[in-house]
Amino acid sequence: MISIGIDVGSVAAKIAAFDGEKIIATAILPTGWSPREVGEQLLKDILEKNQIPRDKVKSIVGTGYGRVSLPFIDKKITEITCHGRGAFFINPEIRTVIDIGGQDSKVIKLDDTGMVVDFLMNDKCAAGTGRFLQVMANALQVDISELSELAEKAEPVNISSMCTVFAESEVVSLIAEGSSKEKIAAGLLQSVCNKTYSLVSKMDVEDKVFFSGGVSRSKVLKEMLEEKLGVDIISTEESQFLGAIGAAILGF
Amino acid sequence: MRPKVMEEVEALRGVNSVKIKEAHEAGKKVVGMYCVFSPSEIALAADAISVTLCGTTQEPIEEAEKHLPRNLCPLIKSSYGFAITDKCPYFYFSDVLLAETTCDGKKKMYELMGKIKPMHIMNLPQTAEGEEALEMWKKEMIKFKNFLEEQFHVEITDEKLREAIKLMNRERDAMKRLHKLNAHKPAPLTGMDMMLAQWLKGFNVDKEAGIELIERLIEEVEERIKEGKFAFDESAPRILLTGCPVGSGSEKVIKILEEAGASVVALENCTGYKGLDVMVDEDKDPITALAEKYLQTPCSCMTPNNKRLDLIKRLAEEYSVDGVVDLTWQACHTYNIESYFVKNFVKDELNLPFLQIETDYSDSDIGQIKVRVEAFLETINPTVTA
Repeated sequence: MISIGIDVGSVAAKIAAFDGEKIIATAILPTGWSPREVGEQLLKDILEKNQIPRDKVKSIVGTGYGRVSLPFIDKKITEITCHGRGAFFINPEIRTVIDIGGQDSKVIKLDDTGMVVDFLMNDKCAAGTGRFLQVMANALQVDISELSELAEKAEPVNISSMCTVFAESEVVSLIAEGSSKEKIAAGLLQSVCNKTYSLVSKMDVEDKVFFSGGVSRSKVLKEMLEEKLGVDIISTEESQFLGAIGAAILGF
Repeated sequence: MRPKVMEEVEALRGVNSVKIKEAHEAGKKVVGMYCVFSPSEIALAADAISVTLCGTTQEPIEEAEKHLPRNLCPLIKSSYGFAITDKCPYFYFSDVLLAETTCDGKKKMYELMGKIKPMHIMNLPQTAEGEEALEMWKKEMIKFKNFLEEQFHVEITDEKLREAIKLMNRERDAMKRLHKLNAHKPAPLTGMDMMLAQWLKGFNVDKEAGIELIERLIEEVEERIKEGKFAFDESAPRILLTGCPVGSGSEKVIKILEEAGASVVALENCTGYKGLDVMVDEDKDPITALAEKYLQTPCSCMTPNNKRLDLIKRLAEEYSVDGVVDLTWQACHTYNIESYFVKNFVKDELNLPFLQIETDYSDSDIGQIKVRVEAFLETINPTVTA
């Protein structure tokens, strides 16, 4: 039997299939305007591509902000519980998960069975999230996926506004003053790092730390966080799928 | 299904605003109040009606922000907004207002509000500890008494005070018994109904009728417990809500909690059990007795405020709660800062899960709060939100 987890985030929708032992497939699509349609599409694709008959699917668990708009799921579980479970599955030594997605950032603490014991979430504001980086990438006229590479060897400029709207004006001024894209990109990642640090430091960070969510694909940000927190951070190819993986496992 | 008497309780919304008008037209004096530190007994002893004033909805906040900073607690903005837009019938019919220096925001807002109607401000000590604090608060009680005597041309005798104390103690006792019904597992009343019953009672013009209504609600609920009719089933996580006051219009956190499958069994806040815990001593000199009672209110505006932690502990045990939620309004510095103590106390001393939610009256963060609340409940009982 197979269980499916679908994580419909604010920017991307992710799906994972679990056979009771391992994750057999994952897929991702932009969320677009309809969480429901993207969920249905992902489900159809993953079943077809991996030749999984529908009657072999024992459960479908929905998570992410779009979890409420998926009519075909058996169960919904919050992304906090799912990320915790997913991280624990990837590495059972994980005790802290830092998740930065499109509109939320979270710190999740796990016990030695993978259960969530505590968590913190950013307030209703885009500061320190993927959305912040998206807006800034637009201002720099680069793709968000290029930000990290741009920032790699640059000395970060200081971007003092946490607010996305104010920071955008700040970036526009920096461009006008002739700061390089590289330095600004590094400054932006540093800003996300600082914001994340202030959230994380409200909790005792326990080794090992896992970095998940779309923003975790930035190598530079991961290094900045490691330096600031003084711990090694694990991040894998599967990081963006953590919620979907956790949902699939919880549903099995 | 809801207890039938709750329909009558809900109907108070309409009934009370008519009754206050009638009472005003019949020449009755009305004292409008905002806070659980306000001694209603003194108003009642002046043959006046004491009512709670509006301040729990988002609607008038926009108007209030024309005079007040945006970055201010929603309760202060809403109270002021209601006053300047004249949308609160109780404010409209109030002859005088009683204000209190609980926090910086309120105390400065009251300076503006005091231009609209005659207002008396009770100067609250910053601490509940020590003889001086009590002496000062006693003098404040006397000043308020003198103010009403002058305004209403009445004499507030000790005998009248004693009568009012007995009446208010009866009301407290009834409310207290209503709250305690939810110590039953599973809870017979939703947290929403418990909040509403107490909130609507605050606007009640006729104290006796209010007590009678609550007594009937208790009777019906006791009957329902015997019949095995409850608001939630046994598996619903039992939540104690602490923090800032909540009323109709600012109930979003209770609503989200209960929609996600939790049973809000205990309301520790000042719109819940906080003001009911201690009775006024009926044998002492009335002014001393009133000062003693009100000074014991475990509000975050006091320093230190350790009694709040004691009360949380007591209620957590009495109501067998599974988790504590601390609701703090944005820019309410005292409750927001105190949340750190409460968190450590709840986690380390009570070994219970804890969640702080800082928000305002608007709907803008409902999605985010839902995620937090659901995840919090999943840590208590993994199957609850499924």
